[in-house]
Amino acid sequence: MRPSVVKAKPADALKDASMIKQKEMMANHYNRLTSSQENGEKVASTFVPGNLNELIMCFDLVNNLPEVNAIQSGLRKQSGAYIMEAERSGHSEDVCTYVKSDLGMMMKGNIGPNGKELPKPDVLLLSYTGCFTFLKWFELLREQYKCPTIFLQTPYMADGKVTPNMIQYMVKQLKEDVIPTLEEVSGVKFDIDRLREYLGKSAKAEDDLVYILQSGKNKPSPIDAYFGGIYYIGPIFGAFRGTDDAIDYYRFLREEVDQRMLKGLGPVTPDGPMGEEKYRLVVEGPPNYTSFRQFWKMFYEEGATVVASSYTKVGGTYDYGFRHDPDRPLETLAEYCLGVYTNRSLPMRIDMLTDYINEYEADGLLINSIKSCNSFSAGQLLIMREVEKRTGKPAAFIETDLVDPRYFSAANVKNRLESYFQMVEQKRSGKGVAA
Amino acid sequence: MTEKTVSEIVARCEALYEDLNFTAAREWKEAEPGRKVIGYLPVYVPRELIHAAGMLPLGIMGGGDNLEVIHGDAYYQSYICRIPRSTIELGVSGRVDFVDGMLFPSICDVIRNLSGMWKMLFPDVYSKYFDVPQTYKDEIGGVFYTGEMRELLSDLEKMAGRKITDDDIRHSIKVYNENRRLVNELYTFRSEKPWQAPASEAYLVIRAGLVLPVEEHSKLLRQYIDAAMAEERPIKDNSKVVVTGMFCEQPPLNLIKSLELSGCYVVDDDFMLVSRWLIGDVPTDGDPVHNLSQAFLHHSMSTAAKYEPDEKEKGQFLVRTVKNTGAEGVIFAATSFCDPALLDRPMLQNILSDANIPYIAFKYAENSGQMQPIREQAGTFVDSIKLWSAA
Ligand code: SF4
Ligand code: SF4
Repeated sequence: MRPSVVKAKPADALKDASMIKQKEMMANHYNRLTSSQENGEKVASTFVPGNLNELIMCFDLVNNLPEVNAIQSGLRKQSGAYIMEAERSGHSEDVCTYVKSDLGMMMKGNIGPNGKELPKPDVLLLSYTGCFTFLKWFELLREQYKCPTIFLQTPYMADGKVTPNMIQYMVKQLKEDVIPTLEEVSGVKFDIDRLREYLGKSAKAEDDLVYILQSGKNKPSPIDAYFGGIYYIGPIFGAFRGTDDAIDYYRFLREEVDQRMLKGLGPVTPDGPMGEEKYRLVVEGPPNYTSFRQFWKMFYEEGATVVASSYTKVGGTYDYGFRHDPDRPLETLAEYCLGVYTNRSLPMRIDMLTDYINEYEADGLLINSIKSCNSFSAGQLLIMREVEKRTGKPAAFIETDLVDPRYFSAANVKNRLESYFQMVEQKRSGKGVAA
Repeated sequence: MTEKTVSEIVARCEALYEDLNFTAAREWKEAEPGRKVIGYLPVYVPRELIHAAGMLPLGIMGGGDNLEVIHGDAYYQSYICRIPRSTIELGVSGRVDFVDGMLFPSICDVIRNLSGMWKMLFPDVYSKYFDVPQTYKDEIGGVFYTGEMRELLSDLEKMAGRKITDDDIRHSIKVYNENRRLVNELYTFRSEKPWQAPASEAYLVIRAGLVLPVEEHSKLLRQYIDAAMAEERPIKDNSKVVVTGMFCEQPPLNLIKSLELSGCYVVDDDFMLVSRWLIGDVPTDGDPVHNLSQAFLHHSMSTAAKYEPDEKEKGQFLVRTVKNTGAEGVIFAATSFCDPALLDRPMLQNILSDANIPYIAFKYAENSGQMQPIREQAGTFVDSIKLWSAA
């Protein structure tokens, strides 16, 4: 069964059409997941950075993303209890909290955001790019679910380039391992034209996504590319890339962004339209989800807008030109996985953040370092110093966690942010920076 | 040549271990003009290729508990393991300024990111992230891996200013086969007579192989094994255990000694996997790069950084080690903040429980100073093992 298209018309209310659409899409998706068994649909679990949604859809599988479930648990303030549950069962306090949130959720009945039990996956598609923890995560899930596990390795872009050896390796894995096993699990024969069709749709939505993300170059920026950005990347990073729903969503969003630019408006925050844009920031690192609103508020209350962020590139670096290409269906999937932000070398990450500061005319870089995420965090202090050196703009460092509420100290974060904004002011008035 | 005693050999190894200026490797380099040294981090690189280029592979396992980290902490948050910061310390303090290249094996995100940091901090030094396959079919992972090795070879050729022939590599494979045989001989000897070759000694003797030329290290291993066999040492009422933990970051020597003091005979471990990563001899005929790749794919050890494609095989490597060495229990020692080791641990523990193998677990850092809790925990473990086996 192909996913049905959700009907939300831009006419609903121009400024909200994309939000309504996204809400509906998410609700439908979770309902589809939790009723997959009744509907005779099979489920594939996979990760955001190496998400091969177009391929998954070719086998009529429903895409379940444990990272997104962990985010949902974080936003609903359930992740803390899940993490404790996983720790009680023997998991270390030191490791990635996404994994523990997911495992703890499973131990507590695996209840999804719609209040219903999430299905057991029929296959674990361990598409491994950008983070070694994925490998252990799915070994842990395999231990529980005893279902087939497909491994797709993406080599790391250590030297800043993609070599023919890398592409050949990935295409071979797709042809000889990934696709045959997906056929076996799903009972659906692979049809490359179907894949091409989905890839073409992906590219369409990706064009609009890039337009939206790059609108941050405007003054004032009509979007917040970090807090708001997390919503904007949802469909394309998740289970909707390659669907008509995603095309519609990004078209609505683009129209809204155009409207806001036309009117000279800033981003929409949970407390309504943002006031005057005082600071333009580039942010590196994932956000904190357990106190998401509180965290965001610390920015918009001060008039700080995030104009570009690296986190919105973990599911693809489309603004650097990549588009899914229907003419090279397997190679394009390989290139997609290779290019995601966390699969890029540290020097590439530094270049990207430096470019953002220059191109988006930002006041500086803010790093939100995540306690339990080595993939992002190891090396961020060097990144900070290097970007600061290259751009001459002040940088600051805060420490929180993705979904572990124990590591979000609101007072500390607020203090750090306030002094950072002062630094920016001093820099502007030419008084130098006291770090 | 006069025969050396165990304590003389161990004293030399200990001096090499403590020398954070890597004087032995510096001297090797200075002995002839044009010599080059290639550093590598845990857990495995094909040292045969570096050797074939006429270069010295130098294992850099962090700074241990003797290095005062002054600059390294400025590069890492408190919630990241120790080895990258002490390695940076070695770099920025000039202790590895004679090293011509650095290899960062593909084991975790921290070492992966360190490869990029090294490029930024030491732009004049060759530095390479050495990727390895996590899929093990000849036509897929095998082809990728030979490609990666050929890329490394071509970089080494540029540095060496000469071609590296298949015969060069075959010769190096032979030399390393010999070394691995000796390392394995030492492990077997130790598991059979652990009182004759204590783990803390064996550790130092094997660790010397990370800084010495392999030929010299093989001689040293021979000397140690012969001397240790010849020396009568009292048998203690200790329990045989396997220590496992991935061991990228190395345990302080004191930790190994503490385990022994609390009544453990460590009969197997995965401390410096590079020394015995490949199991058995690598063939010396045919295409040597292909042979190295085959050995990696089909005859290599298991560790947390390696994907296990077959669920039924998960953890069996450890179970077999316990059975083969006659160990009575397993000690999990994982580096604090080490995602691979700590995420792997619960799975391995479940498998040990199913196999009725007792275990304990703790964390350490390369600079852990306080051994009392570990000693107590290990002592209690040994007592309970004895109780079980008596029951
Ligand atoms: S370590 Fe970081 S990138 Fe990896 S799974 Fe955890 S949160 Fe995601
Ligand atoms: S100790 Fe663990 S986390 Fe740290 S560098 Fe080694 S493998 Fe990576």
